Amino acid sequence: MNQVISITPSTMSDRDKPAVDAVAAPTPVPTMKPMAVVPPSAPATTAGPPQIAFDIQDLSIFYGAHQAIKNVSLQITAHSVTAIIGPSGCGKSTLLRSLNRMHELTPGARHTGSIRILGDDLYGPGIDPTVVRRRVGMIFQKSNPFPTLTIAENVLVGLRLNGVRDKVFLNRRLEESLRMAALWDEVKDHLHRPGTSLSGGQQQRLCIARAIANRPEILLMDEPCSALDPIATGKVEELIHELSRDYTIVIVTHNMQQAARVSNKTAFMYMGKLVEYGETEQIFMNPKDPQTEAYVSGRFG
Amino acid sequence: MSATYDQYRKAKSHCMSGLAVFCAVMVVMPLVLVLFYLLKMGFSSLNWAFFTQLPNADPEGSGGGMANAIVGTLELMVIALVLGVPVGLLGGIFLSEYGGEKTNGFVRFAADVLNGVPSIVWGMVGYTLVVVPMHGYSAFAGGVALAFIMIPLVLRTTEEVLVLVPGAYREAGLALGIPRWKITVHIVLRTAFKGLVTGVLLALGRIAGETAPILFTALGNPNWNNSLKEPIAALPIQIYYYAISPFPDQNRQAWAGALVLIGIVFLLSASVRIIAGRRKKA
Repeated sequence: MNQVISITPSTMSDRDKPAVDAVAAPTPVPTMKPMAVVPPSAPATTAGPPQIAFDIQDLSIFYGAHQAIKNVSLQITAHSVTAIIGPSGCGKSTLLRSLNRMHELTPGARHTGSIRILGDDLYGPGIDPTVVRRRVGMIFQKSNPFPTLTIAENVLVGLRLNGVRDKVFLNRRLEESLRMAALWDEVKDHLHRPGTSLSGGQQQRLCIARAIANRPEILLMDEPCSALDPIATGKVEELIHELSRDYTIVIVTHNMQQAARVSNKTAFMYMGKLVEYGETEQIFMNPKDPQTEAYVSGRFG
Repeated sequence: MSATYDQYRKAKSHCMSGLAVFCAVMVVMPLVLVLFYLLKMGFSSLNWAFFTQLPNADPEGSGGGMANAIVGTLELMVIALVLGVPVGLLGGIFLSEYGGEKTNGFVRFAADVLNGVPSIVWGMVGYTLVVVPMHGYSAFAGGVALAFIMIPLVLRTTEEVLVLVPGAYREAGLALGIPRWKITVHIVLRTAFKGLVTGVLLALGRIAGETAPILFTALGNPNWNNSLKEPIAALPIQIYYYAISPFPDQNRQAWAGALVLIGIVFLLSASVRIIAGRRKKA
């Protein structure tokens, strides 16, 4: 039973461990190769090189004849926040969406090169994108809670629709996820109101709770704050900081201050190419490439 | 000069809005007139017996009712619903959720052409496909003919309603690792539920009054229908026979039957309005 569990065992904390057995998966889930076990502690404390969440090699992505990503090679460190910045249309969203194979939803999309996710070939034969997306959660620019579902149903929809029935487990996961998304105190008394009854910032945190209820290993965020006011943005950024202790986070943002505030590493993209990638501080304070310098100092883009 | 021009401009505006009001009244008038006339001619014949009794076996006698035709119409609608809605609904789901550009264009075109096919043709189709092979007119054949009319209607409204469900919900579902068919059933269909019901009710309203297709298939029946394989009475057929009948009492009953039929269609439209209204509030 254990090897067909639909939700990958969490790297989060011990409180999840006993619950994993309760997760039965009646829907046939293609078994994946057992993946590398991620140590629960932050990589900074461990000796040796930090683990690689995504190893992107020579990736090119085409939509029909248009090439959105041009020969990008990039290694994204596990348990840290990586920001992807760049002007509109530079391919940063495409790169992000290729990390959980969401870009494949666009008709005519194809790619060359390879991506390894925690050692596994993301595009290997027999890899089911549906299963990949349970390991790699995604937050979108515009919050999109399901309008027909309540707050509680929204959080649990990923588990429920993948066959988890255990009520005790679900209730615990509900509270944990909402607490981790810093939303529990605000919604605990009206969990049965529609998800869309919340404010914009709360809705975005609800979407984060919905994504982490699946206990993914990685969270992708596509401009998660661009539709939020500064206060809500502050809350989400704080949340990103909190989550980065347990999750690998890749965030695409238009807002350079945001990238500087939340990320450990920053990748600057321009016209589908990766121009520069390095420690966030270095990218912003001491960029090596003149294009990067022009962009981060606000001279173009 | 500008004063004259202003006057001219205002006169033109009044003229156009007057024309618009006139056209709006022209839309409402037939409904009012028809309802008024039906009430005047039919209401006096509406009584308990009309709703509970079979037609009087003696054409010259008075009394009797259309109970079998009222039930028959409802029965035919249910058969058409059972046969037609699944096909139309699943076809609409295909168009909105799965189909590619080319296939969709073809299916849409086919559905639109089918929507324009005269209903008597569907009567002939039902006759050829069901009545002839089964050696007899039947309620089932009538339901099939009506289902053919419902399918393209339901298919198109289903697609229209599903396309309105924002793609962001599908993406959100896929990003959670939920299989596509579950997203369709649990999220897309659920979000569009009221619109889907509205589409089905509108299609039912459309077939409720169809006469030609059932004339060749259900045939009509002076008695109760006991099986799907037997001919069945229906309001439009009964109205047709009674309206051309030489006996004044049957003529009166035809008016009453038409009133009841309009009443059924009206009820369907009213429920559509109620459901659609609720959807806006939600």
